[in-house]
This record gives sequence, C-alpha cells and structure tokens, in this order.
Amino acid sequence: MQKMMSIQVKNGVVRSNPSFLGKIVAQLPYGDRVSVQAAQGAWYLVKNPKGSPDGWMHSSALSVKKIVLKPGASDVEQAASSDEITLAGKGFNQEVEKDFKSKNPQVDFTWVNKMENMVVSQNQITAFIKEGQLTPKGEK
Amino acid sequence: MDRSSRRRFLSLTCKWGFWSFGVVPALSALMAGCKTMDSLSKSVPSIQIGGVSIDTKTIADNTKLVAHSFEDITPEQEYYIGRTVGAVILQKYQPYNNQKSNTYINVMGQMLAQASERPETFGGYRFLILDSDEINAYAAPGGLIFLSRGILRCCPNEDAVAAVLAHEIGHVQHQDGLRAIKQSRLTTALTSLAITGAKTYTNEDLSKLTAVFEESISDITKTLIVTGYSRSLEYQADVAALEILQRAGYNPKGLVVMLDQMKTQLKPGRPDFAKTHPLPDNRLAEIQKQTAMYPDVKSPKARQARFNDALKSV
Repeated sequence: MQKMMSIQVKNGVVRSNPSFLGKIVAQLPYGDRVSVQAAQGAWYLVKNPKGSPDGWMHSSALSVKKIVLKPGASDVEQAASSDEITLAGKGFNQEVEKDFKSKNPQVDFTWVNKMENMVVSQNQITAFIKEGQLTPKGEK
Repeated sequence: MDRSSRRRFLSLTCKWGFWSFGVVPALSALMAGCKTMDSLSKSVPSIQIGGVSIDTKTIADNTKLVAHSFEDITPEQEYYIGRTVGAVILQKYQPYNNQKSNTYINVMGQMLAQASERPETFGGYRFLILDSDEINAYAAPGGLIFLSRGILRCCPNEDAVAAVLAHEIGHVQHQDGLRAIKQSRLTTALTSLAITGAKTYTNEDLSKLTAVFEESISDITKTLIVTGYSRSLEYQADVAALEILQRAGYNPKGLVVMLDQMKTQLKPGRPDFAKTHPLPDNRLAEIQKQTAMYPDVKSPKARQARFNDALKSV
C-alpha cells in the first residue's frame, strides 16, 4: 500500500504510534503531501517526501485529493476535469470572512478568536484521563 | 469559432454565466440542475441552446466545480463557515467567562473528540459555555461547540456532561450544520471556485461570494437556533454520543442521566431544546436498547470531585 494523500487540516500532527497518546514526531502544514505506507484502523503510517520523521496520522486529517495551495489558471482548469484536486483558499475563505465582517460590524469575532486559543495539550488530556479514572477502550 | 476557442468561451460562460454575462439562462438552469449533468454527458454528445450547439462534455467538466452536495465543501471552507456561525451565536448569548469551567469543558471535549470518528477538523474542536439559563447547546461546523449553563445544570455528574459534549461532537462528525445549507447556495458558491487563477477576487466577485456566504450562515443558524435538525439527525447524534462515551471510557448511561434531568427542567414553549429537539422521552426510547446493558452511572470520587469543583458556579 503506497498512496499519496494530503494534509487537509491546519496543523497535521504526526505521532510515534497509531494513537493520540503517541509522541508527536512532526507537524505538517495544510496541503503537504505524504505517502501512506501502512494502515491500522483509522491510522495511517505516513512518510513525508520532504524528509521529516515518519509516523502515524489519523485518517480524518488526510485527503486523497491533491490540495493546490496557490491555484493558478491551469490548476483551475485541471480541477474542472478532475475529482482528485482541491483548490485551497478558494470559495469561503479569509477574504470572505473579512468582507463579511466589514458588512456586518455588529457580529463580533472576539470570542471566536479566544476559543481558537483554547488549545489543550495531549499532556493535559492524559492527566485528565488518569485523574478521572477513565479507561478508554481505544480509538477508532 | 473553432473547437478550442469555443470550449474556452463556453468554459468562461459556465464559470461566469450566473453573474457576469447573464446570456445563457438555459445554461444556468442546466447548472442549477447539475446533478443530471454526468448522466447527460454520457447519453447526449451535444445540445442546442439558443441555436448554438454545445458540447455537453465541456459543460459537464465545468460543472464538476459546482458542488453536488454539502460534502464538496472543503474542511478549510467548513472552518470559515463555522467561525462565522460561532460569531453569530455569540451575538445572541454572552460567553460565561469562567476560565476554570471552560478549561474543564475543553479538556474533556477534546478528549471525547479524539474518541470520535472525526477527531481532526481543519481548526480543531473548541468548547465554550454560554451565560444563559436556556437548556441549549450548539455545534458550529468544524468543531466550535457551545453549551449553556442551563444544559450543564441538567448534568449531575461528569458522565452526563460528557454526553452533552459527545452529542454535539456527533453533529460535527456528521456535518449536520453543512447539511442545513440550501442546495442553491452551494451551486452558486462553488461555481465561484471557477473564478480562475486570480489570487484575489475582484470586489464584485467577493461581494457575490460574501452574499452567498451570508445566506449559508443564515441557513445554518436558523436551523440551529429556530427550527432544529430533523429527528433522525438528532437520534443519529445520540447514537454517535453513546459510541464516543463508550470509547472514551465513560458510562454511556450518562446520556440517560442527562435526558432524565432535562425532562424535569424543560419548559414547553421555550425557545431552546424544548423547541429544537425531540422530547427527552422520545430520545430515551430511541437509545433504550443500546443503554439498557450498562449499569447506573457511579463516578469515582476523584471524577465527581473535579466535576463539582469545575462547575460549582455554573
């Protein structure tokens, strides 16, 4: 099994084991391509052609489509005739949000931005599981 | 027109037909009914529109850029939709600005999300308590999840809180918010994807796209706040919740505990879960088979203690 997939999330986290409890070995940006070496449940063992360490990614972070980060005219043409290409930054994007904000100044994004900063570390989650005496049955 | 320049013309017309040229209403109608395009291109090599023969394959190629369904919305676009849906929800409610409670909910929620079928979204899951007595919770596309103080008061233990969060994660996992967007918006919005190579949109393109964006947001927020999802989507979110709870190590009966409490606290006619969700009794009946096998919820002391501590002021 060796297929190319793309990171379809902002921050693609690569782990040492097929589990969220696995150590983080690399973080890959949106649109990066990886080659899938093996699968275990919903986890894929991926190799990054750019040379960062191999590791496991959850399949929900990956897309079979090629994600074109700065699409030009030829990409658009290609995307038109292929289901295998996604154009990043097209459609509803940061620019549209900005335009929405200028037209709807009463809609306040302050707390949405604050929410984005409510980042939880894997250590916090591990401690939470232990303290609450939870026994996870494994991830899918 | 030779074949290649005709293709280019048609391609442009397809891409811009809705807005800029307005010359081919028939073509627009075809694009609106784009679900039929694939089959059309297979059976008919060309069609006549306004006396012009049009290669249907060209149209089919270009309409591939048009969304066939909500599933064609990329995680990146889902993220931007979700941010604005969140901001609109926060127009209606004040956040409950208590760091301890919100941190507790976020650690639990992100742990639960990791046990879901869709742990990774473009921007990740985030949770916020709303300062409201309403019995309510909302999931914006992409994973921004809101829950009211009122619904937390239906939770006598952590397993019940986890059930509320897991139900909302179920909605994100199933992309129920995006399903609320009307098909016509998708057709128009995703046609705009075809706006070629330009790195930035012209003001006019942007305005049109923003208008569709606003309509899409309104489709979602109306569904979330006013009309509610269909019963079957709610039951599916409950089923997802049971699975998430079980995988994360919680007692799936936490959902039963929460619904039993909600039953006593819901006031008919209020603009909250009383209006947007199936009655607790109906939800309980739907999940009865899956939950009957579990013992009653008995939180270990440490779990109950941290629950009491984190949400005591809620």
